[in-house]
Amino acid sequence: MARSAIPVVGGCFALALLALPRLAGGEELKSYSVTGDAIVESLTGEAGDAARGRKLVVDRANTCILCHSGPFPEDKFQGDLAPNLSGVGNRWSVGQLRLRLVDASRLNPGTIMPSYYRVDGLDRVAKAWSGKPILSARQIEDIVAYLATLRD
Amino acid sequence: MKVVAAIVLSSLLIAAGIVLRPLIATEIPASERRSGYTFMSPDTKAMQDDDTTNPGMLGVIEGEALWNRKGGSADKSCADCHHDAKVSMKGVAARYPSYDKVLGGPVNLEQRINLCRARHQQADPLPYEKHDLLALTTYVAEQSRGMPITPDPTPELQPFVAKGRDLFMHRQGQLNLACTNCHDDNWDKHLASSAVTQGMPNGYPIYRLDWQSLGSLQRRLRNCITGVRAQNYDYGAPELVELELYLMSRARGMPLETPAVRP
Ligand code: HEC
Ligand code: HEC
Repeated sequence: MARSAIPVVGGCFALALLALPRLAGGEELKSYSVTGDAIVESLTGEAGDAARGRKLVVDRANTCILCHSGPFPEDKFQGDLAPNLSGVGNRWSVGQLRLRLVDASRLNPGTIMPSYYRVDGLDRVAKAWSGKPILSARQIEDIVAYLATLRD
Repeated sequence: MKVVAAIVLSSLLIAAGIVLRPLIATEIPASERRSGYTFMSPDTKAMQDDDTTNPGMLGVIEGEALWNRKGGSADKSCADCHHDAKVSMKGVAARYPSYDKVLGGPVNLEQRINLCRARHQQADPLPYEKHDLLALTTYVAEQSRGMPITPDPTPELQPFVAKGRDLFMHRQGQLNLACTNCHDDNWDKHLASSAVTQGMPNGYPIYRLDWQSLGSLQRRLRNCITGVRAQNYDYGAPELVELELYLMSRARGMPLETPAVRP
């Protein structure tokens, strides 16, 4: 169910298994496999917590609502650089949502949506953030669980 | 079968480095260039328009006093060499950053003021972003208020403009965003509640309500660089001057508004 504005070029990534770089702390980014335009398996092996996910999405420090709006009546300052997140759980499967958060640039190389679980291919990252993904695997799973509940 | 064909085709496109959406951002045509002013609320516009309410005018008044103050071991003031700024400084800010033959590269207005202090007043440089340098820069720039931006055409400067353009187009930081992603491609939208403007340099130094103070163009650039979580450049770094140069070429023809007010 691709939106027409977003060229989904998913097929070519079928089952590409990634070898991911080591993080600064010695901890590794969890490896994942991409099937079509989705990451089917949970990054943590567990289901996320939707309530925690909602808190993460509306927290400006995690940047989502700088660009997106959504069903967050308590927040007056939502951006309009990106699609409204309402109903996003109808538009995409859990696995598709996961890949869109992990690395949206695989689906649309020109996208402005940051890759939230990636540390390679970035330039001049500030020291405080270098070698770290924007969100942890657990945070990604929590947000995915929350987004999946957003049904019109 | 159709699906398979589409998959094969997209793999080929990717393999050939062809993507389905242009990656090269489009620069804003001259006819569509808009000052940050045009994105502001009527209240903020009114504050800028009226010299009695524009808080940046304080900088102009203080800058005028500094212009006339003798200093350095030469014991000379700016006015001793340049006389009436209303005459001698008219149009100067509209063509800065400009080429300095001795240094063989671009200098911005703050750097020019400090070069004059070193070369002609034998005085120490004024620190970046502190009151005196901001006030003097604002005073000099205000002499060009209303004049169109006319970048310095020196041929030796052009490679520096090109470097600034490359920087503007280059994605950086943990958020992996380039200036162009916001200021060329998304200037009619909002980041949280802030208008994403065209990133025009035509009001600087500005009085920014969010800062509660005057601030330079480089301060604004450093804010945006921090925003994308990239390593910052020090004040006066060549990269920031190159960005300034490119921004001024991108704003060619737009009237200078110094001291502008921004939200
Ligand atoms: C700098 C802007 C930006 C930020 C920050 C951002 N996104 Fe996005 N996002 C986009 C854009 C633009 C799209 C449209 C698809 C594209 O460009 O590839 C998108 C698409 C999406 C989609 C698919 C929406 C749909 O209707 O198809 C989801 C889900 C999503 N983003 C979730 C998030 C979450 C959750 C966060 C924060 C953790 C986030 N985004 C942060 C810009 C952003
Ligand atoms: C994610 C979006 C984003 C990115 C990327 C970005 N900016 Fe900005 N920029 C903004 C926003 C939003 C403002 C306006 C804030 C305000 O005035 O309220 C702004 C303001 C500016 C202004 C001031 C405009 C004025 O009218 O005073 C300049 C100049 C500027 N940016 C240049 C840059 C440069 C150069 C880069 C890259 C190094 C950059 N920006 C990257 C969002 C961005």
